[in-house]
Amino acid sequence: MAEITRAEVAHLARLARLALDDSELDRLASQLDVILGAVAKIGEVSDAEGVTPMTHAVPLENVMRPDVVVTSLPRDDVLAGAPAAEDGRFRVPRILDDET
Amino acid sequence: MNDLTRLTAREIAAAIAAGETNAVDVAQAHLDRIAKIDGQLHAFLHVDSEGALETARRVDAGEISGPLAGVPLALKDVIVQKGVPTTVGSRILEGWRPPYDATVVERLKSAGVVILGKTNMDEFAMGSSTEHSAYGPTHNPWDLDRIPGGSGGGSSAAVASFEAPLAIGTDTGGSIRQPAAVTGTVGVKPTYGGVSRYGLVAFSSSLDQAGPCARTVMDAALLHEVIAGHDPRDSTSIPSPVPPVVEAAKQADISGMTIGVVKELSGEGYQPGVEQRFAEAVETLTGLGAKVVEVSCPHFAYALPAYYLIAPSEASSNLARFDSVRYGLRVGDDGDRSLEEVMSLTRAQGFGAEVKRRIILGTYALSSGYYDAYYGQAQKVRSLITRDFTEAFALADVLVSPAAPTVAFPLGEKLSDPLAMYRQDLATIPSNLYGGPAMSLPCGLSDGLPVGLQIMAPTMRDELLYRVGAAFEATMPAPVPPLDWEA
Amino acid sequence: MTVPYAEALQEFEPVIGLETHVELGTASKMFCGCDTTFGADPNTHTCPVCLGLPGALPVVNEKAIESTIRIGLALHCDIATWCRFARKNYFYPDMPKNFQTSQYDEPLCTDGYLDVEVSNADGTLETVRVPIERVHLEEDTGKTLHVGGATGRIHGASHSLVDYNRAGIPLVEIVTKPVVGTKHRPAEVAKAYVAELRDVLRGLGVSDVKMEQGSLRCDVNVSLNKPGDDWGTRSETKNVNSLRSVERAVRSEVERQAARLRQGERIVQETRHFHEDTGLSTSGRSKEEATDYRYFPEPDLVPVAPDTDWVAELKAALPEAPSVRRRRLIEQLALSALDAEAMTNAGVLDLVLATVDAGAPAAEARNWWLGHLAQTANSSGVEPAELSITPAQVARVVGLVAGGSLTAGLARQVVDGVLAGEGEPEAVVATRGLAVVSDEGALATAVDEAIAADADAADKIRAGKVQAVGALVGRVMKATRGQADASVVRRLLLERLGVTE
Ligand SMILES: [Zn+2]
Repeated sequence: MAEITRAEVAHLARLARLALDDSELDRLASQLDVILGAVAKIGEVSDAEGVTPMTHAVPLENVMRPDVVVTSLPRDDVLAGAPAAEDGRFRVPRILDDET
Repeated sequence: MNDLTRLTAREIAAAIAAGETNAVDVAQAHLDRIAKIDGQLHAFLHVDSEGALETARRVDAGEISGPLAGVPLALKDVIVQKGVPTTVGSRILEGWRPPYDATVVERLKSAGVVILGKTNMDEFAMGSSTEHSAYGPTHNPWDLDRIPGGSGGGSSAAVASFEAPLAIGTDTGGSIRQPAAVTGTVGVKPTYGGVSRYGLVAFSSSLDQAGPCARTVMDAALLHEVIAGHDPRDSTSIPSPVPPVVEAAKQADISGMTIGVVKELSGEGYQPGVEQRFAEAVETLTGLGAKVVEVSCPHFAYALPAYYLIAPSEASSNLARFDSVRYGLRVGDDGDRSLEEVMSLTRAQGFGAEVKRRIILGTYALSSGYYDAYYGQAQKVRSLITRDFTEAFALADVLVSPAAPTVAFPLGEKLSDPLAMYRQDLATIPSNLYGGPAMSLPCGLSDGLPVGLQIMAPTMRDELLYRVGAAFEATMPAPVPPLDWEA
Repeated sequence: MTVPYAEALQEFEPVIGLETHVELGTASKMFCGCDTTFGADPNTHTCPVCLGLPGALPVVNEKAIESTIRIGLALHCDIATWCRFARKNYFYPDMPKNFQTSQYDEPLCTDGYLDVEVSNADGTLETVRVPIERVHLEEDTGKTLHVGGATGRIHGASHSLVDYNRAGIPLVEIVTKPVVGTKHRPAEVAKAYVAELRDVLRGLGVSDVKMEQGSLRCDVNVSLNKPGDDWGTRSETKNVNSLRSVERAVRSEVERQAARLRQGERIVQETRHFHEDTGLSTSGRSKEEATDYRYFPEPDLVPVAPDTDWVAELKAALPEAPSVRRRRLIEQLALSALDAEAMTNAGVLDLVLATVDAGAPAAEARNWWLGHLAQTANSSGVEPAELSITPAQVARVVGLVAGGSLTAGLARQVVDGVLAGEGEPEAVVATRGLAVVSDEGALATAVDEAIAADADAADKIRAGKVQAVGALVGRVMKATRGQADASVVRRLLLERLGVTE
């Protein structure tokens, strides 16, 4: 199952928005290969078929809140941590066309 | 009073209540000790002297009272406290001051607990040695050249070295219990859903759980009761009363209980010295009147791979929000680069190697072609591990094992071998996958370094940990590190 | 290059699909307590949860679940007995967590339909059943303002500004199955579907369904194939934000695809962006290099398992479906089939019925909506339903005329005032000073002046040519700026000239 290529790591890095240089890609590819080799052991579990996947440790259902408005944060607090802000909004560099 | 830092939380609270000392003096004594030794230990990332003394003054003025009023505490830097820097051990959040309090912090504040500052940790709680902190490692008070465990090495080192009688840790795969084991302190991962996660910076949402660190079982119980209980802001919070942990710690009687030794949590990977102390601990439990049986949990062998698929998968999604837009670091915004480039540069420089490794691993495991074989399969195995626990708890009231497979190892030893580091969590991970509570408490030394005994209980039966732990502790009080390195 | 719509549809068979996003009208957001009111100052309706601050956790809004179930029931869907939210992972700055909390393979509602009416070539109405695939609940994104480029366009902008007030508002996505057999009128079916859906949602009271404010938004899928062939490759046109645009988007896509297919080119599976100004779409991201969303069950939320008794209660309490109500009222009002069709085609039938419901006589309601209001809508390029006047307001204007305080001419001015945003009809009457002058003393002067100014006409009337009074009535009306009641003026003129009819 394992065996991850450098190109695959580069693709994953793009999906995860990580600008990795060539040496980092190489190092990660070989480390991931080892790690995936180890975790691939999970495939050996023969009695997993038909078992319900467990997504939550606690079997709760229908946890909801009433539709009631609660005071929002003061805007100064909202923008205080922003790397850049303008006109009460978060300022970001230009967005690439193809991202829409 | 002589050295206030040597007192337990219970003793401090009692002394303040009796007027034998006051909260400001207690806080100052601990702040002084931090100032004196933390340069060598590096347990703290941020010390909030002003905030601590302010709370202490309010306790002394009688504005707040309660079983832990005036007791100092060290807060793992993964939990947000309004206005106090929270970094999660990462460069990507350097300088961020949260505009809100975590539920745990709200509860600590209203209990009059004096928060001394934020403790060091592996970045985003990913690690077992605190060496993955972007701000440098924490040292083990038992031997400064060794790791204090991780990810919550700062909290356990602070408690072990008398910088604080109490600390808050978080435990996703063992980050409270393994540090407790290798520093000779008590650490408890409560039942998942027992303590609110609101304000706990998420690593793996379905596994993360905050809990108490202390030097005694009773202190841990007192802190457990303060922080636990239903929180409507956390959808996974259990709407039931808090298990009677303090009562159980007082009871400390295990005669007639059945204790199961997990066959699979021994052997390969466990140091002989650790196994020896563990065997002696089991004998002690027998001597205290418990019936000891061996139980088998065959799927525990797959706990580590299941964990290293589930946790990185959830982390890859949880950590997506660190994108240079709303808070934290921004790198390379030169007016020319696009947002995508700036985001990718920021994340590449803001996250450390281990975090990036896990993000890539998680991104891979969730990808459409691999989901069923990895993430999906891991969740099925999680069900099977839970089934193993359920079957074992039909045979025994609690389960025991070594908390960590080794004693504290030298700094740097496993840094270049991720898998070796991951194996530190062999014994602790099953309880996270299942959701049940588990404790590590000291059970002696091996080569002069602490060994931890792990006790695991069924979901929402946290009190059983304290009952067994307190009974065991009575036969073997926590060891005190030599602290011969102190200047 | 394009092939005309009608011609294209003689050669190809269309398959359409619609994804509609509806912002629910809850008071608070989907997963936090922030206010959802439209138009607040940027980033003032935000908190740790909807800003995606580290450590914050979501909790589901109960009303949003209820509204979604009610929508599902109104669309004849099956309601899930157990379902979960999932994370849809992708990076975009208007999405604070860089994943959208949505539903993936376990939607709340599945497998329903909506019947819509379209007209045939001969003008008769035909019912088309649009099958519904799913109705699910998710959260809206923030809004991004692009600065420094051509007016608000992302292309060429120097930087962008983000406002998260809208982030986290509950959003319901309603997805049709592929709609086949729409023959020569896929665009008309698409428009009728969205119009009907909007009426259903409005009737349920779950959303204000204002397309111009973005609370109802559509993506339109279109493919063409030769009769007998497999379905063609589809394109997805986004940003289709008015009823007219829904129709235009399908129409232009049919014309574009037909031209390509005719030339033997293949259709690229892609996202296209619709431009309101030109009515055309341009190519966006190619779906063939689509991102991998890495869906997985949201670990911060627990499953939703609607109680079957609760669902039954909600079903029993559903309002009458708009189509049923329409049929009932048509019958009650004894509208002719032709009249009903004319109103349907003009997009005013529901408005007429609602105006009647609000107390106006059917004839008056019909005249307003097919007349002055339809013309106004047409000249400003919007659908009558999008005009900023409500059926209730129209009914009140009708009432004022019937009560004698407005003339027909004044009523039109009042309606224009309401349309111009001057407030309620009564307020427009007051501020514009449009009340009828029924004080006969005040009119007497105007009557005398009119007689003096046109002695010829006055003489003719005195001589028995009563029809000549029209000219004098006109003078008086002009002098009183339309505020007089013409019949009263006529009576006063005749009295003054000593003529009886
Ligand atoms: Zn909010």
